[in-house]
Amino acid sequence: MRVTLVPRDAPLTGHRFATLAVAAAVVWAAAYWLNGRVWDAVLVDLLHLDPAARWVESVRFFCFDTVKIALLLTAIIFVVTFGRSYLSVERTRALLGGRREGVGNVMAAGLGVVTPFCSCSAVPAFIGFVAAGVPIGVTLSFLIASPLVNEIAIGLLVSMFGVRIALLYVGAGLVIAVVAGWVLGRSGAQRWVEPFVFETRLHGQVIDPSQGLDLRDRVGIAAEEVRSILRRIWPYLLVGIGLGALIHGWAPQEVFTRYAGAGNPFAVLVAVVIGVPLYSNAAGILPLVEVLHDKGLPMGTLLAFMMSVVALSLPELILLRRVLRPPLLAAFVAVVATGIVAVGYLFNAVLG
Amino acid sequence: MIVKVLGPGCANCRNLESATRSALADLGLQATVEKVTDYAAIAGYGVMRTPALVIDETVVVSGRVPSVAQVRELLTAAGATGGQ
Repeated sequence: MRVTLVPRDAPLTGHRFATLAVAAAVVWAAAYWLNGRVWDAVLVDLLHLDPAARWVESVRFFCFDTVKIALLLTAIIFVVTFGRSYLSVERTRALLGGRREGVGNVMAAGLGVVTPFCSCSAVPAFIGFVAAGVPIGVTLSFLIASPLVNEIAIGLLVSMFGVRIALLYVGAGLVIAVVAGWVLGRSGAQRWVEPFVFETRLHGQVIDPSQGLDLRDRVGIAAEEVRSILRRIWPYLLVGIGLGALIHGWAPQEVFTRYAGAGNPFAVLVAVVIGVPLYSNAAGILPLVEVLHDKGLPMGTLLAFMMSVVALSLPELILLRRVLRPPLLAAFVAVVATGIVAVGYLFNAVLG
Repeated sequence: MIVKVLGPGCANCRNLESATRSALADLGLQATVEKVTDYAAIAGYGVMRTPALVIDETVVVSGRVPSVAQVRELLTAAGATGGQ
């Protein structure tokens, strides 16, 4: 990768960094531009396949989309991780400490989007926030916004449906996180938090992982994140694109519009009920969303489906069970799912 | 010297543990390597992103897996001040 272009011991100066960044951007843009053209050349000109045949159409879609999504993911994850290396959960907690509910919920949701955070750390972060005096409801706003407003989903939505849809998604996700956290905090959620959380005392000096890194470290962290995320999600990605390719080539449009189109008042509800237990990620789900949109499904239903898949997942709930007792965990799922359903209906009404 | 690897047992925690063990071996240091998997204990150190490395009760890294070379530097620095 581009990191290796600089000798190991040489410092990565700002000038050199800018040159490498421009070079990488040019290579990336060229690859993105070539993607569709290369597959057309290989499938039609080289292998003499009939471009009008359904299965050729599906194969072309699969090849093209796999490379396209991989390229988009690489760019999005790299840029976002590099930017986030200047932020940290520790700094976010310091900003939230002592905030009242209301303002605190809004700040927590916003910070949840930009703070580098993986839901695998949900438990230590929850304890760390509460032990530092951040109210439960505010902490929950952070924990809801973080997976719900997902940077990969934002990037892919921009490239597939444009900035307007991406902004609607971000706005809706923030509102859900703020309202859900506020409601749960107001309804006496602390009764249902495991007692050991309140007994945890912080000792030792907190170190901020975003401090003391030079440009090379940040580039290294970003490159490592691209590698580790791609390694983790590629099966979901291929299944998602594979399903998308099959639907793209074979599924008749009438089936979707009849059962899940704007005419069915329960479509959003059904989409969320299917989406909650489904465990995938934004990268695996968006190729499917794009195809279903082409088949005539309304945007609100699709966004609700995507949000329910990325926001609520069984592995995360099992982790959160360690700090939240079942009634609060159930309320957490119910409030977030209700918010997503409401957003789905609202968007279907607004976007038409 | 007591070295603790904080993390609930994820892939990154194992990577950090092996990086720590090879760094200790490189330096020829005798140290007890302890794994801390209890969430309350992890959070007690103020750590909110696992994995984390604690040398003689001081958190030196959290939220990422450092390279073996970086762990060597951290161990050397801690050894110099800790009187190992």
